[in-house]
Amino acid sequence: MLNCKQNSELLSQSLDRPVTLREKVAMRMHLMMCRGCRNFEKQLNFIHKAARELPRKL
Amino acid sequence: MSTVGAIDIDALQDHRSYLLRYAILQLRDPHLADDAVQETLVAAIESRDRFSAQSSLRTWLVGILKHKILDMLRKRAREPELVIPDGEDGNDLLDTLFNKNGHWSEAPRTWENPEQSMENAHFWEIFEQCNQRMPLNTARAFMMREFMEMSTEEICQELTISATNCWVLLHRARLALRECLDLNWFGNAR
Repeated sequence: MLNCKQNSELLSQSLDRPVTLREKVAMRMHLMMCRGCRNFEKQLNFIHKAARELPRKL
Repeated sequence: MSTVGAIDIDALQDHRSYLLRYAILQLRDPHLADDAVQETLVAAIESRDRFSAQSSLRTWLVGILKHKILDMLRKRAREPELVIPDGEDGNDLLDTLFNKNGHWSEAPRTWENPEQSMENAHFWEIFEQCNQRMPLNTARAFMMREFMEMSTEEICQELTISATNCWVLLHRARLALRECLDLNWFGNAR
């Protein structure tokens, strides 16, 4: 079972490398039970999107 | 108006301040950034024949600037006296955000309408400031990944670190940025 720290690592890595099915399932299981991590996942995706938008906002 | 080859020299100057801000974000040193932009403009004039009018001038200039920035980072890496120690181990951050069982010390709260923030100029100022506050290598890895859109492999090569270390830096960068935005933007915005 993943804890929040490990889950946050995997969520971050899924932006940088292909994740395995096993990792994906582990993340989904954790996210189903953890509201804080669900918020974190959304925020991570937002930061990813915002950083790629930054060159257009300079 | 002076036109050399396919490029209007005045048009190059129009992009200067944009290029400078781009370079400062990555190099975090206004003087180095200024040098990088200067070299970019010179290179643009020298290789103006290779500019095709189909692509945007800014995109083309940024492409050259990226190479100049990487050159400067490489040069700096070879000059040890310029390396700035900045307590990069980052364990402090992780220890603050997570307790010893790996649970959030304070679970991330909901951000209201983050998309709307992207329309707000002040949000982008905070975003830039939060980037500048990260430790040097953490910020550098993050900016290479998200801002310059380099792959993990390319970043590993540039920073001469392993893929695992690269993921660790990117994870810390995102946590730090999330924390900074939460405290300085989403906390106040409501």
